[in-house]
Amino acid sequence: MKIKPSEITSRSDYLSRRKFITGVGATLAGAVILGACDRAGVSEQKKPTPGKTKNTKDELGDPLTSFEAVTSYNNFYEFTLDKEDVAVLAVGFKTRPWTVKVGGLVQSPKTYDVDDLIRKFGAQERIYRMRCVEGWSMVIPWLGFPLAKLLKEVEPTSKAAYVRFTSILDKEQMPGQLNTSYNWPYVEGLRLDEAMNELTLLSHGLYGKDLLPQSGAPLRLVVPWKYGFKSAKSIVKIDLVEKMPASLWMRAAPDQYGFFANVNPKVPHPRWSQSTERRIGDARRRETLAFNGYGDEVSGLYRGMDPKKLF
Amino acid sequence: MSRFKLDYFKLAVHIGALTPLVWLLVDWRLDQLTFNPIQEITKRTGRDALVLLLLALSCAPLSQVLKWRRILTVRRALGVYAFVYALFHFATFVWLDYMFDLALIAEGILEKPFALVGFLAFLILLPLAITSTNGWIKRLGKNWKRLHRFIYPAAVLVIIHFTWAAKQNFGEPLIYGGVLALLLLWRVVRKLSK
Repeated sequence: MKIKPSEITSRSDYLSRRKFITGVGATLAGAVILGACDRAGVSEQKKPTPGKTKNTKDELGDPLTSFEAVTSYNNFYEFTLDKEDVAVLAVGFKTRPWTVKVGGLVQSPKTYDVDDLIRKFGAQERIYRMRCVEGWSMVIPWLGFPLAKLLKEVEPTSKAAYVRFTSILDKEQMPGQLNTSYNWPYVEGLRLDEAMNELTLLSHGLYGKDLLPQSGAPLRLVVPWKYGFKSAKSIVKIDLVEKMPASLWMRAAPDQYGFFANVNPKVPHPRWSQSTERRIGDARRRETLAFNGYGDEVSGLYRGMDPKKLF
Repeated sequence: MSRFKLDYFKLAVHIGALTPLVWLLVDWRLDQLTFNPIQEITKRTGRDALVLLLLALSCAPLSQVLKWRRILTVRRALGVYAFVYALFHFATFVWLDYMFDLALIAEGILEKPFALVGFLAFLILLPLAITSTNGWIKRLGKNWKRLHRFIYPAAVLVIIHFTWAAKQNFGEPLIYGGVLALLLLWRVVRKLSK
């Protein structure tokens, strides 16, 4: 289902209303009524709907986070820093045609049309927990394929030790990229063995349908044992490289965001604790699990490494 | 505003100061507090407290610069409202967010420097709010003014708290910080020129 841009409250109206209603500036009763009308208008817009999922719970028995929450509460700084505005600003973002260039230290570099890529490697449903570094989490039914399948096809050379993911750079469509405090485009990285792990997914859908722009359409990474920011969105380039790539977050705040960023309740973020999280939809906090509950599958990757350095 | 009669002006200030609270309750009833309501309540009450604090601190400069004496009659109310929102903000943290789990709260405050700074600011505001009644003003005499100068370090702590809590998103805290800097600068300049 498509939403026409005209059906949506314009960006400036929406944002100014938001500032307006939350500030003490909203002092006049008349203005309050105006704000209420505006809000009623928003609720009439057509909303995207979920498709079917095979499972309704993750392997720990926790239910899926609602489709509405998954598609309306997003961190995607390329659009805006406001999680609830991302879905609005991302309406109409062009995800086709879209090519993904896979290269660097590989035997056979290739440029894929994203639809060919999806056709070739298919769609498995994977229910993963997503733990944000900010202290909230979701359970999301992704559709995608293991990154390993793609990497095997391009054949990394013996020198390749890391994989670097580059997201789209498009200031016209992504107003957040005008924010010069970040070094756009978004870049993330994995060690080659992390990238080859069976859990590491390249996703192109969720809840049984194609990804919506706010979730990183048309192709994104999902690395469930790491904090959410590692899972780069709207990827256009995947390079095999020799040295550890510096991610956008490592460059923005090296003391706060490391390369590994494995979910670890025992290693606090420099400014806040990571020992608990709030599952979106829950009233109570819950304990955060080491490796986000995927220790059996991935703790072997870090044997002999100091867990304190794995942030 | 100055064309309003005194009581209307005061009434408007009270309505204005209570509006964010009413709005919060309405949004809560209508389930419009985002998908992470507790965080949203925390953010809103915190921001409201800070804005009211800055408004209270603006009264003196505005009364001087605009020769608008009447604004001084609402300064105390603005300060008390700032504390009320700070109290909601703090209560959201210990009650809604951490359900009075003292171990978690202690860990939260100690592991999160921004929470510690906010807590300190709250501890400073508490006696100021308590001593804001006429009785206390009389009882404390000259010391009342001395005590209430602690509003300045409290405001600075609040700005640090907000900046630290914002994840690399410093636009808003910087604006409020700039306003506070101006308000403090005005006082320093005035003191020196006397």
